[in-house]
Amino acid sequence: MNTDRIEVDIKVPNQTRYLCLIGHIGENIALALKHYGGDREKLAYELNLVLTEAMANAIQHANEGDPAREVHIEIGIIERNLTIRVYDHGQGFDIRQFAEPSHPLDEHGRGIYLIHTIMDQVSYLPSNGGHVLEMSKKLD
Amino acid sequence: MNLSIEQRGSAVLLAVHEERLDAHNSSELKAQMLKLFEEGKNNLIVDLQAVRFVDSSGLGALVSGFKNASSRNGSLKLSGLQLQVKSMFELTRLHRVFEIFADVDEALASFS
Repeated sequence: MNTDRIEVDIKVPNQTRYLCLIGHIGENIALALKHYGGDREKLAYELNLVLTEAMANAIQHANEGDPAREVHIEIGIIERNLTIRVYDHGQGFDIRQFAEPSHPLDEHGRGIYLIHTIMDQVSYLPSNGGHVLEMSKKLD
Repeated sequence: MNLSIEQRGSAVLLAVHEERLDAHNSSELKAQMLKLFEEGKNNLIVDLQAVRFVDSSGLGALVSGFKNASSRNGSLKLSGLQLQVKSMFELTRLHRVFEIFADVDEALASFS
């Protein structure tokens, strides 16, 4: 095959201790890609970061820190298009309020901004009683 | 969280011995810095040499420490940032906020 085709579907408890696991999966996908012309180490950090931020966001803002809930994550790469979906079971939040860079001395509010800077498209929409944060990027 | 704390002249060196500084452990770093400030230790060097990955929570904890140190007429300086970690500071423009040194010795020299 001339292109990478990868699908990962994972559910983890709604706890920050699993951030490392999810981040490492993103990092390892970047390092394993057969066809990628860019800076692979940079992409590995970026995928680690995007997954860590998206999951931390689901835990803290959508699933309201309830450790009994779970976070469902899908990572797909088809023909150099990367799509990451992070599903939560919460009431959601207004993604637009975090799209701009926070003031340098703010302690919070950088996560979604960082996702926006790395990914080409970001949306947050209702899905099955919760919400899904969908992020996509062309991997050239 | 694996940290070491050591008085070095007029500053306290707080070295983070973790591969990741993220939403799982950043509150511990924040609490540890607060404890030092409450003890009157307001000049801190946070050494991140071992840290390979920082997320927005980690940056937030460092900003919190920076603000606390400044409000107590002290300062919080950083040392040993790995390349990708340094890019995070640039991406969020925090490289303009923090004094960042290549290593602990350079950071220490800036306090004398």
